[in-house]
Amino acid sequence: MSPSSKIPKRIEDALIMHRRGFLKSTGLLAVSFSTFAGAPITEADAQSSGGAQGAGPYHDPDYHQLDSWIVVHEDNTATFYVGTTDPGQGTGTCFRQLMSDELDIAFDKTALIMGSTDITVDQVGSGGSRALETNSWPMRRVAAEARLVLLEMASARLGVSVDRLAVSDAVITVKADGSKRVTYGELIAGKKFNVTLTGNNINRISGQAKTKSNPELKYAGQSIQREDIPAKVDGSLEWAVDVKLPGMVHARNVKPPFACAKLTGIDESTVKSLPGFIKVLSKGNYVAVVCEREEQAIRAARQLKTTWEKPSISPFPSSEDLFHYMRAATPTPRPTSESRRHGREPVVVGNPDAAFSGAAKIIEAEYEIPFQGHTAIAGAEALADPSNGEMTVYTYDMKSYSMRRGIADFLGMPHDRVRVVWMMGSQCYGRSAAEDAAFEAAWIARQIGRPVRMQWMRDEETAWDTKGPAFLVKTRGALDSDGNLVAYDFHARSCDYNHVGYNEPDTVLIAQLMGSRKARPAPGSTSMPSDMYAIPNRKMDGDVVGLPIVWETPLRTGNLRDPNGPQPTFAAESFIDELAAAVKSDPLAFRMKMLEAGKSDDSAFRRARSIAVLKAAAETYGWDSRPSPKPRGNGSILTGRGIAYSFRGRTVVAQIAEVEVNRQTGHVWAKRLVCAHDCGFMVNPGGLRHTIECCTLHGLSRAIHEEVQFDNEKVTSRDWFSSPTLRHTDVPERIDIVLVNGDPNPDRPDLPPYGAGEPALKPMLAAIGNAIYDATGVRIRRIPFRDDRVLAALKTAGV
Amino acid sequence: MEAVGLSSGRKRSTVSRIELKVNGRSHTLDVEPSTPLLYILRNDLDLRGPRFGCGLGQCGACKVIIDGTAVFSCITPVSSVKGEITTLEGLSSNGRLDPVQQAWIDEQAPQCGFCQNGQILTAKALLDKNPHPTDAQIREAMNGTLCRCMSYFRVQSAIKRAAKAMAEASPAAGKKVVA
Repeated sequence: MSPSSKIPKRIEDALIMHRRGFLKSTGLLAVSFSTFAGAPITEADAQSSGGAQGAGPYHDPDYHQLDSWIVVHEDNTATFYVGTTDPGQGTGTCFRQLMSDELDIAFDKTALIMGSTDITVDQVGSGGSRALETNSWPMRRVAAEARLVLLEMASARLGVSVDRLAVSDAVITVKADGSKRVTYGELIAGKKFNVTLTGNNINRISGQAKTKSNPELKYAGQSIQREDIPAKVDGSLEWAVDVKLPGMVHARNVKPPFACAKLTGIDESTVKSLPGFIKVLSKGNYVAVVCEREEQAIRAARQLKTTWEKPSISPFPSSEDLFHYMRAATPTPRPTSESRRHGREPVVVGNPDAAFSGAAKIIEAEYEIPFQGHTAIAGAEALADPSNGEMTVYTYDMKSYSMRRGIADFLGMPHDRVRVVWMMGSQCYGRSAAEDAAFEAAWIARQIGRPVRMQWMRDEETAWDTKGPAFLVKTRGALDSDGNLVAYDFHARSCDYNHVGYNEPDTVLIAQLMGSRKARPAPGSTSMPSDMYAIPNRKMDGDVVGLPIVWETPLRTGNLRDPNGPQPTFAAESFIDELAAAVKSDPLAFRMKMLEAGKSDDSAFRRARSIAVLKAAAETYGWDSRPSPKPRGNGSILTGRGIAYSFRGRTVVAQIAEVEVNRQTGHVWAKRLVCAHDCGFMVNPGGLRHTIECCTLHGLSRAIHEEVQFDNEKVTSRDWFSSPTLRHTDVPERIDIVLVNGDPNPDRPDLPPYGAGEPALKPMLAAIGNAIYDATGVRIRRIPFRDDRVLAALKTAGV
Repeated sequence: MEAVGLSSGRKRSTVSRIELKVNGRSHTLDVEPSTPLLYILRNDLDLRGPRFGCGLGQCGACKVIIDGTAVFSCITPVSSVKGEITTLEGLSSNGRLDPVQQAWIDEQAPQCGFCQNGQILTAKALLDKNPHPTDAQIREAMNGTLCRCMSYFRVQSAIKRAAKAMAEASPAAGKKVVA
């Protein structure tokens, strides 16, 4: 039986399988410890390999040990253990493809275990579009090393030097005599590799073996179907939300009714007689109820009477007044160190002041990007099991390792008494509320001594998850008499003070509500546009402002997919269009001229690749060269097209949107989208295409729907009506994903993979805004392009 | 904050005996009649298909099919259920996936997949009623099922693929276009 059919549907099965993988072949015999490759596994080794409930201490798997990454079984199959998580973009399948290739084993004879702190090495989890660009490299190197070790073992057994051996599908054969062969399973099953790898951090981990070149890869490069989809489609997958433990109870939060509210009273008598009621727990301003059954906990949380005192000042302006507030606010001090990293040190090229004073024409604009939520499809949830004085947390959070440290610190437990088991769950694209729920479940479980499942309700999730920061961007451009952009001034102000990090025991919501405060709030960040335009004089800088109250607020900011990328890019790429329109130039030609004006390039060849993706997008769309706006039609539907481009890291994206704007209703429909995308080597082109498609549509959703609304004490976006998202009826009738992926660097035979989980979100907002302008002649500098906002703008402009 | 619907010395809620037929099997349960069907299916019958997304009947993650209609199990009191319930787990028969599920795999429709229960069951109910929906009918019928990964385009492609596969499997039914 191949492991692909054995892919565990329950994580505990995976863990048991893991232990059995060791134990079965040793027959539970304790054998003396040895330090050479192929040493037998001792019972102690098997025991310390983790995976059992309440079987701590849970030691960190040592990433320097090859055995922590790969186990070969006696049936000549292999299991890979990696420290990443796949929240739904198919990276797990990609890891298996690459590791199968490097190990030289058939893809369908492998299985992959991800992200459980006691059995997989700490690769942080997922995030930053780093899965293939960064995390896959140590995986490839360890798999290549395992192959080499096996070849050396075969060489010793068969009495033939390694160079006279061939390996295919986990079978090693003597080249000169095909009858002499040995399988990986025969060589290593039940034994340890006992190979210590080198490298001072996990991303640098390496052995002696070289990884394969791209042409040698058999599975990588193929559109292999994702391993996780069948069980998601037939209902058999056990998700994080499905785990049930004996004695498990259900908890629900009672959230403060407004930001920075002080709890002044709890009337427990209002819930005491409810069926299934167990306990009200409270500390500081944190309140939760626990009941035997889920629906009982929901009811009790709604019914519990609590009283709260308002803060002495308004915690924030209303969403209507946000940008007035941001404009007038005093920036927070620029951090003394790492200021560049936060984008808060001016970047100056040439002499912008002089160029502005000599300009033929100066164009100015200001753009407003509101707070946008993660608003995951599911409310945050976690299950925490306090058995044996330990803590096991079942979560879908993308970063299980920091969660383990954070929860241990929060609870004051030794790290090796806490383990975090990662399982599939709702995608949340960044630092969402998944972490908060896990800390809450663990705290409650510790209090009551029973396994606790915490689930956030829809209103909590939408109102209280972390938010992508609001931005106010001012731009200024100087044009010469030939229509060239000769000077450019870009200033991005974000509302991001006290940006929460991942799984920090002093900033998760429960810690804040219990009174925890960092000595100094995180400075937050702003960011600059990413482009390769050759503009002779340029100044870019930014600053960060804070809301009046930054603790215990639902307007806490965190990393949202492509953190701080879409906001400045919306402004920058809208403004480029405004400049092009000012000189009656075609928006694509205006961009190309600035890209082609540059002579030099960077190490990732981003200038050459920018030109290539813009060309590819334009060709696919059938772009006709003309200035925007186009002559306005007479009918109720106005159509137009818009283009925008940017890069994230080394991945370059150009997008074109064709929109229909309804003059009577203000409704915008993106009828057609084109996304040209270059992220280097493609491990799984089919999966990549789907990820780009969905990411592009996420950009569309943020362009036309998403905005956090609030009055001056609470978030009023609380469900899918008050917090709209893209729906089936919004979907374009045609989407073209153009995988440009090539390498303009002639000196590099092997193109590496770059990130792909986030870049396609970045230019979409401006592409839509530019298309609306093209259709209507009205420039809207505020997203989202909701019907009422667009209609008001059309009316004001007399359209 | 005011508590809702409260009086001191309130009575404990009454538990009733409820009969449910789910995926061809009958179950007898002693539960509070107002309990949303979702929690009974998940917590008492250990089903994993229907999932909590909003509890408000707005997103569709909780959907089940009752008498041919995809309904929100999160806002359906268990006592109100009269017909037979089909969940995601009940779509396949004799180990064979429903054509809708197969189309989902062929199109590689999900990203995270959390919402796909609702997408699949809504599509199944649509195609059972209207084997040849137009693009506009697909969009309308699916509009109440949300996906925050934005897998919509693939989901719509999967529905068209399933419709085609079902028509090919039963050519007689393939002729008539239901408007």
